Amino acid sequence: MKKRSDGLLRSAAAAPHVVWSVLFIVAPLIFVCYYAFTDASGHFTFSNITGLGNYAGTFALSVCFAFIATILCLLVAYPLAYCICKLSPRSQKILIMLAMLPMWMNLLIRTYSMMAILDNEGFLNKALEAIGLSKVRILGTPGAVIFGMVYNFFPYMLLPIYSVMSKLDSRLIEAAEDLGCNGRQVIMKVILPLSIPGIVSGITMVFVPSISTFYISQKLGGGTFDLIGDAIERQFQRPDTYNVGAAISLVMMLLILVSIAVMNRFTDEADGNGAGGGIIV
Amino acid sequence: MKILSRSYIAIVFAILYIPILVLMLFSFNSTASTGVFSGFSFQWYGELFKDARVFTALRNTLILAVSSSLISTVIATGAAVGLDRMRSAKIRGVINSVTNIPMMNPDIVTGVSMMLLFAFFGNLVGATADKLNFFTLLIAHITFNIPYVLLNITPRLRQMDRNLPEAARDLGCTPVQSFFKVELPFMMPSIIAGAIMAFTLSLDDFVISYFTSGSDFETLPILIYSLTKKEVKPNIYALSTLIIIAIISLLILSNVMSSRSNQSNAGSLRKGKDKLNGKENI
Repeated sequence: MKKRSDGLLRSAAAAPHVVWSVLFIVAPLIFVCYYAFTDASGHFTFSNITGLGNYAGTFALSVCFAFIATILCLLVAYPLAYCICKLSPRSQKILIMLAMLPMWMNLLIRTYSMMAILDNEGFLNKALEAIGLSKVRILGTPGAVIFGMVYNFFPYMLLPIYSVMSKLDSRLIEAAEDLGCNGRQVIMKVILPLSIPGIVSGITMVFVPSISTFYISQKLGGGTFDLIGDAIERQFQRPDTYNVGAAISLVMMLLILVSIAVMNRFTDEADGNGAGGGIIV
Repeated sequence: MKILSRSYIAIVFAILYIPILVLMLFSFNSTASTGVFSGFSFQWYGELFKDARVFTALRNTLILAVSSSLISTVIATGAAVGLDRMRSAKIRGVINSVTNIPMMNPDIVTGVSMMLLFAFFGNLVGATADKLNFFTLLIAHITFNIPYVLLNITPRLRQMDRNLPEAARDLGCTPVQSFFKVELPFMMPSIIAGAIMAFTLSLDDFVISYFTSGSDFETLPILIYSLTKKEVKPNIYALSTLIIIAIISLLILSNVMSSRSNQSNAGSLRKGKDKLNGKENI
């Protein structure tokens, strides 16, 4: 009897959290749905959703930019994680700290510092002039926006891949070598398949912020690119367009959740134990 | 091969750090140029400190970060303790999944969804002009902080020897006493690490704050956003440099705390969206 009341007491400690989650996590999402399916005066309508056809280009552009940025991150981060894993544990620790550090700096500051460098009168162009090359216009090109995404979200790709790779059993690699694999085969047949959970986790963690960003495209795109984040941000400037904004948010959220679910499925099939690179759903 | 891999590491890290270093360097520039360094000066810092908005924003940011991290830490500590002993794994799973939604969702969706909630209830109670204020911002910050604090505390609680609280009970402690005298001290390092993490997340947040803050309560990231909407001025570099230095100091502090907390699991240095610990916490 005593034990039972003790258990109840303990569970009660979680009650504020449960109430808070229902009020401020679940309820807001319900409101997104509510606004997405009503008009400005509160009547039920599908027109917000059907009207999203106008945003097809925005969606396509965002998916495209985020996709390229994610692939670039992967192509740079994977070899980097591999190189870092070859170093001594002490250097590994220092480099990983260094990789995490920029994540703690505000996104605005990081993007703004990129702007200072890429600007027409900025550091890069002055440096190019100094060595006798001509200036290049970088701000306002798709390259600048994609580079901004890669730069800002790169650590999110590196860290999960590194974390999986550093935990790989080195005996597996030795075994592969003993069985006659050359260096390349070891990577393709042992390391790569075993690091898939980290890759999947990294892809999600880069893709999600990339597809929903609006500051990066505003600053580095010079207003020439309209991404989903920009569209949402714009709709929420005025109360009468909240409903359209909610519809765009809802569709984006569903797209992301579906892709994460598909990716997770992929990881579970590839590697049952997840090896620490897992994603929370 | 070794040289190749070392130079690859060097190049990537150089690209990662050059923009930040350039920004810090040009905050000491004597002219407004971001391309040519013409001389060392503190003039942009001087100009920054003349701006009253900066100090208000700094004060606001700190008030918000302290209160949201404290409240979220209390809620998350309770949640960690409650969930730890919850018998039904199913209910625990559901609660954990819901808790993690703010980490999964893009920030913009979290921000927008809370804004809609506040707008709806604002309309309901008849608030006319500005429905968003300090309290809406506080609620939003607490909400996105909770999962990260929980992520710090739960692994630590799992490491605890279950016989310890029982021994306390056998020695005559009431359940409440055994919690405060045995379990809480054991969890304390991870609680502090979690609180520091929540504090830095709150300091750093822009997107969610942008949608949930009103015009009367401006935080530093929001101030930076509105300042960078106009022309580029090096006093923003000066401000950024100061923020970067503050963040690095906090980070070192947090790292010291968490290495004291435990060597293997808590990983409080793992910021935000970094869900490396994910599966262990489901």
